[in-house]
Amino acid sequence: MLYYIGRRLLQAIPVLLGTTFIIYFMVFAMPGDPLLGLFGDKAPNPALLARLQEQYALDQPFFVQYLNYLGNLVQGNFGISFSGQPVNDILARTFPVTLKLAVIAIFIEMVLALTIGLISGLRKGGIFDATALVVSLLLISVPIFVLCFVGQFFFAVQLGWFSPTVGSDTSFGKLLLPAIVLSLFVVATAIRLTRASVIETANADFVRTAYSKGLSRRRVVPVHILRNSLIPVTTQLGADFGLLIVGATVTEGIFNVPGVGNTLYQAVIRGERPTVVSFVTVMVLLYLVVNILIDLLYAVLDPRIRYVK
Amino acid sequence: MSSDMTGAGATRSASHFVASVEDAPIDSVDAVKLDEKPSNLWIDAWRDLRTRPMFWISLGLILLILTVALLPTLFTQTDPRACDLANSLAGPGPGAPLGYTKQGCDIYSRIIDGTSTSLSVGLIVILLTTVTGVLFGALAGFFGGFVDTVFMRLGDIFFSIPYILAAVVIMSVFSENRNIVVIALAIGVFAWPTTARVLRSEVLRVKNADYIMAAEATGLSKMGILLKHVLPNSIAPVIVVTTLSLGAAITAEATLSFLGVGLPPQDYMSWGNEISAAQRDLRTDPQTLIYPSIALTLTVLSFILLGEALRDALDPKARALR
Repeated sequence: MLYYIGRRLLQAIPVLLGTTFIIYFMVFAMPGDPLLGLFGDKAPNPALLARLQEQYALDQPFFVQYLNYLGNLVQGNFGISFSGQPVNDILARTFPVTLKLAVIAIFIEMVLALTIGLISGLRKGGIFDATALVVSLLLISVPIFVLCFVGQFFFAVQLGWFSPTVGSDTSFGKLLLPAIVLSLFVVATAIRLTRASVIETANADFVRTAYSKGLSRRRVVPVHILRNSLIPVTTQLGADFGLLIVGATVTEGIFNVPGVGNTLYQAVIRGERPTVVSFVTVMVLLYLVVNILIDLLYAVLDPRIRYVK
Repeated sequence: MSSDMTGAGATRSASHFVASVEDAPIDSVDAVKLDEKPSNLWIDAWRDLRTRPMFWISLGLILLILTVALLPTLFTQTDPRACDLANSLAGPGPGAPLGYTKQGCDIYSRIIDGTSTSLSVGLIVILLTTVTGVLFGALAGFFGGFVDTVFMRLGDIFFSIPYILAAVVIMSVFSENRNIVVIALAIGVFAWPTTARVLRSEVLRVKNADYIMAAEATGLSKMGILLKHVLPNSIAPVIVVTTLSLGAAITAEATLSFLGVGLPPQDYMSWGNEISAAQRDLRTDPQTLIYPSIALTLTVLSFILLGEALRDALDPKARALR
């Protein structure tokens, strides 16, 4: 097990190096001098500009800058943004918000996927199943920003149940609407997976044994069918969690959530190179870690899977 | 396993364990029917597909969308750029069945005109991802070893960067000259590993089949085996992924335009641009946002429905779970 984790972590190193290089290169290639933005519409003072360029090492060639960056990264230092804030601080401020949003969204997704998937699977081919299929296909097809606007328009503007934007107050009540929208965005796949998994388990021999022992449906469905259908669903929920902590850019933007995705998008638009590179690096790192955790979770949930090598 | 044995009260009965000779004469089982047309995966898939209403509905929708994209003048004669501020946010009127935008442009004709942009971006993206994905996936799966490790790690690198964010960065690099090819590249460069992974696992499965060994025994070269036997037998899941990702690519284009880093709105008519421009009027005039959104969703939905139908037809295992 430890050997397996170690090997996976070692494999992640070249991937992380490659991604930081690609992102650093792309950000380096962005046109325009990012420092000029700091001066607004005033003409920059040449001495100050040169001093700033030196401070951010922008006068150095690309590879020197990249290696410098990597050196700082290894020490856990993400650098300083052009607005003078340490990127570590920006991360520490925005990350908990995104995490909170993702946790609420995944919880809603779990409840929806398990209930709807279980009923669909047990009543395969019925009206409920057909409706669930149509709704999930629709949800897969609707782009996330349309989903955000529809949610914002109906639940916040028309019905007034929620406040339309979040702002600086990131309480549970404020984050609920964006979390519901995010969960709807990912729930369709989880519903269909639960359904397929339930159908497969319901046909398994041990379920037939359970029924022939005389156990009631009330006991067989939750204990024998549902519990054994959970393995693929759990890993899907884990994957969605990884997706939500890195990919909630659009939702965070529309609902004005001060999270990672929103901050990163703003940084790209303003040419804030240190922030962009560091945020993407952290996201890729998280993505890799979440993936390793999912694979480990698989082994914990299903004793038939063992990582021998 | 059949599904009729699940319920608590299901009963089983079997009078024979083997079919009686009257039901299945021995020669009918073993006989090779020379007069019967030879069947293969594609013929079977087609027989399955043509019985599915979902396939015909999605195909009909896609044909309609293609016609709109190729011949927009069949559907509207109104110039989508002829806008009159006097009509700003006006409701439906003669010549404008869906009303007007804030700039006083006809919503309907703008949606019709945006179709070709969305479809061209989607098609270029899947061309790019399919060619790259098939090349990398086939070589990695077939040759294995070092080639496999290098190609798949390379795929991991591109796969682990969230592709909308990567596309936003690429579009910022090309902020001066954004066009259909650039936006397709920005989306496609980070989307190909999905295709590569799907094909690789299928190639790994196929290359151990007996007919591959038979082909090796006849002295066919490695490349010959890959092109003549392995690829045709492992391409089916790629077709499914390609259809599904065409929908995803169209969504990605709209998302980038919506984020303000897509195609320049003054040069290109695009659904994403329309939605982006309409978002400020959502509270008072939702129709300016709803109609382009419906067009976008309907297009994506038809490709997803087609992909689902193809998956069911090409993958008998998925069929069993329906």
